[in-house]
Amino acid sequence: MGGTGITESVQSTSMDIDAATLRFITCGSVDDGKSTLIGRLLHESRSIFADQLSALETDSKQYGTQGERIDFALLVDGLQAEREQGITIDVAYRFFSTDRRKFIVADTPGHEQYTRNMATGASTAELAILLVDARKGLLTQTRRHSRIVAMMGIRHVVLAINKMDMVHFDAAVFKSIESQYREFCVGLNFSTLIAIPLSALEGDNVYVRSSNTPWYPGPTLIDYLNSIDTAADDPTENAATSLRLPVQYINRPHQDFRGVCGRIAAGVVKVGEKVCILPSGVCTTVKEIFVGELESAMRSAGESVTLTFADDVDVGRGDVIASAEFPAEVADQFGARLLWLAAHPMIPGRPYWLKLHCKEVTATITEIKYCEDVDTGTRQVAKTLALNEIAMVNISMSQPVVFEPYSRNRTLGGFILIDKLTSATVGAGMLEFALRRASNIQWQKLDINKQAREFIKQQNARCIWFTGLSGAGKSTIANLLEKQLHANGKHTYILDGDNVRHGLNRDLGFTEADRVENIRRVGEVAKLMVDAGLIVLVSFISPFAAERQLARGLFSDGEFLEVFVDSPIEECERRDAKGLYAKARRGELKNFTGIDSLYQPPTEPDIHLFTSDMSAEACAKFIMDRLG
Amino acid sequence: MISGLRLLEAESMEIFREAIVSARRPVLMYSIGKDSSVMLHLAKKAFFPAKPPLPLLHVDTTWKFREMYAHRARVAAESGMELIVHTNSAALGAGINPFTHGSSYYTDVMKTEALKQVLDERQFDVVFGGARRDEEKSRAKERIFSFRSAGHRWDPKAQRPELWNLYNTHIKPGESIRVYPLSNWTEFDVWQYIKQEVIPVVPLYFAKLRPVVVRDGGWIMVDDDRLPLLPGEKPQMQSVRFRTLGCYPLSGAIESVATTLDALIDETLASQFSERQGRRIDTDKPGSMEKKKQDGYF
Ligand SMILES: Nc1nc2c(ncn2[C@@H]2O[C@H](COP(=O)(O)OP(=O)(O)O)[C@@H](O)[C@H]2O)c(=O)[nH]1
Repeated sequence: MGGTGITESVQSTSMDIDAATLRFITCGSVDDGKSTLIGRLLHESRSIFADQLSALETDSKQYGTQGERIDFALLVDGLQAEREQGITIDVAYRFFSTDRRKFIVADTPGHEQYTRNMATGASTAELAILLVDARKGLLTQTRRHSRIVAMMGIRHVVLAINKMDMVHFDAAVFKSIESQYREFCVGLNFSTLIAIPLSALEGDNVYVRSSNTPWYPGPTLIDYLNSIDTAADDPTENAATSLRLPVQYINRPHQDFRGVCGRIAAGVVKVGEKVCILPSGVCTTVKEIFVGELESAMRSAGESVTLTFADDVDVGRGDVIASAEFPAEVADQFGARLLWLAAHPMIPGRPYWLKLHCKEVTATITEIKYCEDVDTGTRQVAKTLALNEIAMVNISMSQPVVFEPYSRNRTLGGFILIDKLTSATVGAGMLEFALRRASNIQWQKLDINKQAREFIKQQNARCIWFTGLSGAGKSTIANLLEKQLHANGKHTYILDGDNVRHGLNRDLGFTEADRVENIRRVGEVAKLMVDAGLIVLVSFISPFAAERQLARGLFSDGEFLEVFVDSPIEECERRDAKGLYAKARRGELKNFTGIDSLYQPPTEPDIHLFTSDMSAEACAKFIMDRLG
Repeated sequence: MISGLRLLEAESMEIFREAIVSARRPVLMYSIGKDSSVMLHLAKKAFFPAKPPLPLLHVDTTWKFREMYAHRARVAAESGMELIVHTNSAALGAGINPFTHGSSYYTDVMKTEALKQVLDERQFDVVFGGARRDEEKSRAKERIFSFRSAGHRWDPKAQRPELWNLYNTHIKPGESIRVYPLSNWTEFDVWQYIKQEVIPVVPLYFAKLRPVVVRDGGWIMVDDDRLPLLPGEKPQMQSVRFRTLGCYPLSGAIESVATTLDALIDETLASQFSERQGRRIDTDKPGSMEKKKQDGYF
């Protein structure tokens, strides 16, 4: 009744509280025995409590596959849906410890459609246990998982050859699978690999050395996990590694304190050290280092710190504090490896959010170099990327980011892609190299405003307002000008009387009030387009000086160019391309400008074109030159 | 690379900062227990010298231990943070209590419903909780940034993949995020950290002579005179303590003489029972916690 059930005194309190935690992932095909193995590890390390065990007994009777025996797999298949279907559908994290070490296990499913979960589990793991069913040997899934493990940067692998009891603990079976695997994984860049013969179900070589495998001289699984040193070849561990600290948060409780918060991704940070802020490249000196209220002289990789600097420098989220001597690279175009995680395919050219350390930018895949067949490792051409496919791609970002190749630093090289519409995480990628260095390190932080839009179009937004009598040549000149601008790569749009009167201004006639409203609306539309960064050509008779003045007032200085297309009325009437003058003279058109409605010529136009003396081409060229 | 508690602490601080950056209306679920205490301590560390930029929220069933209320008042005063206390007052007025209505219905109304009420009312979009993955099987599969649909539902099959420490914090309209900074901590880690950082916790975690009665094979503490005694029940003094704290009529005590943190840590390590053993709601039937979570329970 309610007792704690203390059976023996445990010395584990003496375990160093900072003892290295090993994070590993288990993977393999369905039914290779992952869940059984994890259940066994938890059980043997006495991480399963009595009440959990009794719940397990109940569950075993209801869902188990082991008859009256306890099915350890049920212990880790946590979700109801999984127990009913007898499969594992998501990454689960398990905890156990020995007197040497603490372990966090990412348990990931073997089903192909859940490969993305495996990548998720692998992303935070230092070691992988790959399960193989001794009866089946290496399967497609084993190879696929090995490639994902390698791609995610895991360098330590245990090949757990399981169900040895089913093959009579035959050494030949074990050795053949081991040698096949060693051959296969050449080139996957693992720094350690060990094969261990197991029976997860019976416990052979998990915690206890098996008497069934006298031919196997190596360690048991737990001995191996207890002793492996994964830090030894970790590049971020290297004492010579330079400081990298992505800025996560600016802490500004009052005027006198400006803390720069983040987690050290590599190297150490020291008080008095010269550092530079990337991408701006501005240098300063570390003044104070805090973890909570505790101040210290030095902190190292993995720690969450708050820094203050000697100078009042400009620094924000997404910047990286780096050693001034060896700053990190900054670029906006990369070669990267990409794993697609979404059912909806990846389409090159489509913009996604890209999150790399604390930086979020817009990115597009500009090219799929090749798709990698995870089963054979061969390369194929591809136009799109489907769920679980892996490809080498070129990627272009809306602004330069600070990075390191993923192989050197997971934090500075690993990124996710987020769908802009659904907000789903659709891709995971690893930057390999910059395609070109960003030319402009001194990057200005851009809000998405008119300047930003102009910048991306490489032009100055303008409103070029053509005024003049009907038939003066406004539209002809505007069209010629637009062609030239377009040929020069400029982004343009023409608003003319006809296209606007057919739509937006369909409800307006030619009374003076309607003419005023007509111009007002066109002015507003032109203003929106200029704000969008376009060069807008407005071709309207716009007879009244007051309305043209009103339109000019909508724009900033120099943005609005009034072009007076000056042709004598006799000349216009002689051309009469649309037969309007004739109609007006016959009285069939009321309020026609120049006949029975007033035209007020501009007194100080920005450009005054006399069409009697100049061809339309010459007029267009004249404006072109003025635009520069 | 740092390891052990230092690593866990650094990760949790990173999670706090990342979630706060994307939050419009963040809140910290403060349930007065040891996990909440550790969570609050980590929040203070992450934002020092500023106060953590979020209020504390306690969903109060009115049936907590008296010592818990006292502790809550101390902590709120000392932290200087706003404390929001919410009770499902309609249900309280209707007389819902843990005895007549059964623990499962009571929990649903006074905790799950009450939580949804206050989250909706205050439009909190980022809600920090102290849940750990080692607590329960369905928790082991939950992300650190766990999304809830408009009705606070959790869809375990539609979770966003969570790679590295890169959290996708884009919230769609109507959605909210539950953020669990202690996801990778174990019960043992929590106690070790409380010891290392000298974090104050409710004294009920330590053994002391307390008035208790035996119920359903467990010790229930007679914390005030609201506990209806069954025929033949007579409070007796026992040296007991609690591994988890909740509503006193539903929290089973364990016999113990552990009056210090070291003794308590030794006991935790040696225990053959999980900390949830004393809680009634998990054992109703297989998958009951998963079901609760889908409905919006923390
Ligand atoms: N004979 C034998 N059966 C095993 C062994 N390991 C697992 N199994 C059985 O193989 C089946 C699938 O195991 P499970 O752990 O659920 O596989 P998972 O899909 O990889 O998680 C279960 O019926 C296990 O009991 C083993 O070492 N020997």
